[in-house]
Amino acid sequence: MTTAELRRELFGHADKNYLNHSRGFLSWALTLDHKRIGIMYLVGVTVALLLAGVFALILRTHLWYADSGMLSDATYNKMFTLHGAIMVFSFIIPSVPAALGNFVLPMMLGAKDVAFPRLNLASFYLWIFGTAFLLLALVTGSLDTGWTFYTPYSIETQTSVVYATFGAFILGFSSIFTGINFLVTVNTMRPAGMGWFQMPLFIWALYSTAIIQILATPVLGITLLLLMAERILGVGIFNPELGGDPVLFQHFFWFYSHPAVYIMILPAMGVISELIAVYSQKKIFGYSFIAFSSVAIAILGFLVWGHHMFTSGQSMVVNLIFSAITFSVAIPSAVKVFNWLSTLYKGSILLSTPMCYALSFIFLFGIGGLTGLFLGALSTDIHLHDTYFVVAHFHFVMVGGTLTALLGGVFHWWPKMFGRMYNDLLGRIGCFLVFTGFNLTFFPQFVMGARGMPRRYASYDPEFVIFHQWSTIGAFVLGLGIVLSVFTLIYAALYGRKVTGNPFNGASLEWQSSSPPSFHNFEHQVHMHDPYDFGDLVFDEQLDSWVHREFMEPDKRPAPVPSVH
Amino acid sequence: MAVVEPVHDAHHDDHHGHGEFIAHHFESAEQQYDSGKLGIWVFLVTEVLFFSGLFVAYTLWRSHHPEVFQQAHVFLDKVLGGINTVVLLFSSLTMAWGVRAAQLGQNKTVANMTLITMVCAAMFLGIKAVEYSHKWDIGLKPARDYTYSGLHAEATYPLAVAMGISDWLVILSIIPALLLAVFVGMAVFLRLTSKPVLSQLFVGLAITVGGYFLGAVGGQVYMKAMDGGGEHAAQAPVVLHASSLERQDGPAVEPESGQDPAAGGHENADSQTTAQQAADHGPGHDDAAHDDHAHAADAHAGDSHAAHSNDPHMPDPDKLSRDVRIFFSIYYCMTGLHAFHILGGIAFLSWIYYRSLENHWRPDYFGPVDYVGLYWHLVDLIWIYLFPMLYLID
Repeated sequence: MTTAELRRELFGHADKNYLNHSRGFLSWALTLDHKRIGIMYLVGVTVALLLAGVFALILRTHLWYADSGMLSDATYNKMFTLHGAIMVFSFIIPSVPAALGNFVLPMMLGAKDVAFPRLNLASFYLWIFGTAFLLLALVTGSLDTGWTFYTPYSIETQTSVVYATFGAFILGFSSIFTGINFLVTVNTMRPAGMGWFQMPLFIWALYSTAIIQILATPVLGITLLLLMAERILGVGIFNPELGGDPVLFQHFFWFYSHPAVYIMILPAMGVISELIAVYSQKKIFGYSFIAFSSVAIAILGFLVWGHHMFTSGQSMVVNLIFSAITFSVAIPSAVKVFNWLSTLYKGSILLSTPMCYALSFIFLFGIGGLTGLFLGALSTDIHLHDTYFVVAHFHFVMVGGTLTALLGGVFHWWPKMFGRMYNDLLGRIGCFLVFTGFNLTFFPQFVMGARGMPRRYASYDPEFVIFHQWSTIGAFVLGLGIVLSVFTLIYAALYGRKVTGNPFNGASLEWQSSSPPSFHNFEHQVHMHDPYDFGDLVFDEQLDSWVHREFMEPDKRPAPVPSVH
Repeated sequence: MAVVEPVHDAHHDDHHGHGEFIAHHFESAEQQYDSGKLGIWVFLVTEVLFFSGLFVAYTLWRSHHPEVFQQAHVFLDKVLGGINTVVLLFSSLTMAWGVRAAQLGQNKTVANMTLITMVCAAMFLGIKAVEYSHKWDIGLKPARDYTYSGLHAEATYPLAVAMGISDWLVILSIIPALLLAVFVGMAVFLRLTSKPVLSQLFVGLAITVGGYFLGAVGGQVYMKAMDGGGEHAAQAPVVLHASSLERQDGPAVEPESGQDPAAGGHENADSQTTAQQAADHGPGHDDAAHDDHAHAADAHAGDSHAAHSNDPHMPDPDKLSRDVRIFFSIYYCMTGLHAFHILGGIAFLSWIYYRSLENHWRPDYFGPVDYVGLYWHLVDLIWIYLFPMLYLID
């Protein structure tokens, strides 16, 4: 058999794939293909990231001087609110699951699509509408409540709370639909031979995330609905003037929004598990511990919402319980970090761009997680509550954690998505800028937070000037790093060196498809395989790809997928 | 979606073959059915959690302010609520029957059962519209607009005056009336253009809207009957639960609660002022409420206009806690959200109805009927909780 024939059998026609399967705007707008939906999500969340990132840079520029007056106080309030709302609801929550997960999850399961492709597309359109409503709020008086919409201020303010709330409400349903889809797909569409403990860890992470999306997001839905009813109908449930209870809003809100933190970080951890294993070329250490720690984080995440409310006047007993459970979340998180480090030990580490991001993640998430313990401790939290320490903490987790993992994951799967290789040097420079800029931005914020700089202030005491200026410089370096990374990726998709199926010696099933995959994902029956056993793949020079050893023997080659209709 | 020509014996018809409705990414009908079933159950979990926020709010308020619930539940009509409960339970029966028929491939039965379910759903909304409009009529609105004074708002719309109903009921019925006209028009148009199945769909939708008017008219007739009977039966205002009154108002208002029944009209007119003042004062505690009562007593002498349609069934607004308004907020949020789910149910059911007319269901393909059935049962189940929680407080 010639190389060309083998290539066609394993990877199909090089020029026929999901990207050029059909053409035209409608073939994308009405597609039910999980890969195209994943790509559209990726484009969408990137736009949201850049928009909210620009807001962040404007805020940082304003904070260069102690009392710069560049923005009016009201504008400053609106800007940090929209920075937060867009970043949280339109970017971070859908980023890894809806963009990367959509592309990768069905392929990791050897499936042709997710269980409910139409629901998947609906989820994307809900994302569009929800984000559009957030932007509508931006142009109709904006929003100045902070992304948390705390009552009673959100009832009184003259800004367009209803549009923004409705946007977040819709985005919640988008997230629920993704969660339902993934949960059902994993449950019912695993191929024969793939038990729960043969799944890649990214799937475990997405599964745990789906559980949170399904159980927590509806509570956000009803909370925001009640807030809208509060403003439109005056129902008074959260309004003290009408006899309502504003702290109840905080309970409802954090019952969602704390688990939502794990919607943001769990899929990122899943990405890191994949990256660490592939770029160490070593079986992941403690598979079942990593898998179960995802589930444990998902469950514990529901029991800690009260730690956002230590200063709200809730009872000391409740504070103590929430504080204790908060500490327990550190255990499964540390289990993961321990296992990643153990996987690195004696691995053959390849410091390519995705691995650089993965190592950045471990470092930054470590700091973000450990500073969370300061805030979970009752006595220190009284001092640190509502200071820049909190801001630095959650940015270390959300940006240092999720954004870093997203970038690493995108670099890792980019050749799979577009069949072209990125420039590794540019990618690593981008990673270096992101890592450096990020630390420069947020590390000073820990210090000034601990010294008493309150968050959300448009002007501040001159003693903090130096910290703010470091932070602002860092923010621009971070922005530069992100822009460089985006540029590197887009350039690669257009002009990069062509690659075939498996350029990185990945062992999970998605690497058995061609790059980019064909419309039905696989040309041949998937060869069931341990996702972390890298030993029995060999690099074939002529195919320019890693392939399973057995595939080289004609009688062990997998059967082609039966043609559909 | 492939469309099958109407065949009377779809499940014996091998011509159409298996896999017609199996999506390309599923390996078998079983896998598709199991996925859908798991999906709908997970969705129902999200629905339960969606309502859970309101159940938590209810529980908190009931435990913190039990007297409010004691005072307010008398405004909810147990008979109308009970009829609605029966209507929904019956619709669950027809829904389950429809699912069974779909499993057997009896498309005609599925269509009929779905239609009955839809009519019941619309009837529920019709009765609910009567209940809502009556409450808005006497000022029992969500907290901010709560203006209960024991007075009926007088109907001003000519149509409402002519029919002897409230303006609110007319407003609530505008959309159903428009829909009825559109559906009948569509049914006739599609019949004329030889699209019998679509025409039949719109006939079904028109009948469904008819169910709304059936419920609304029936409910209204019942309300009128109760009003008429009431004038003969009881002259004195319904006395609130004595213990709850003491807990709320304390001894300070004793003189007022023992007022001469003959001054009933005046008293009600005054208490409008009271309610107004309480609303204006905003946050206030029982002490503040006492002051308001005192003011109301002062104003009593100067106020002379009598109540025009004083309903002897209506509790004395003076004796209601100011927090009673929150009960109505919770009531409207819970029943309103439930009503939106009924509307969604009607939309899903009409999709099932259409596909039944197209003879889509076969023993190996009936998933959608099953899924919509599960959703419908959940919506019923939520009402089964709402009814005792709101109406049957004692």
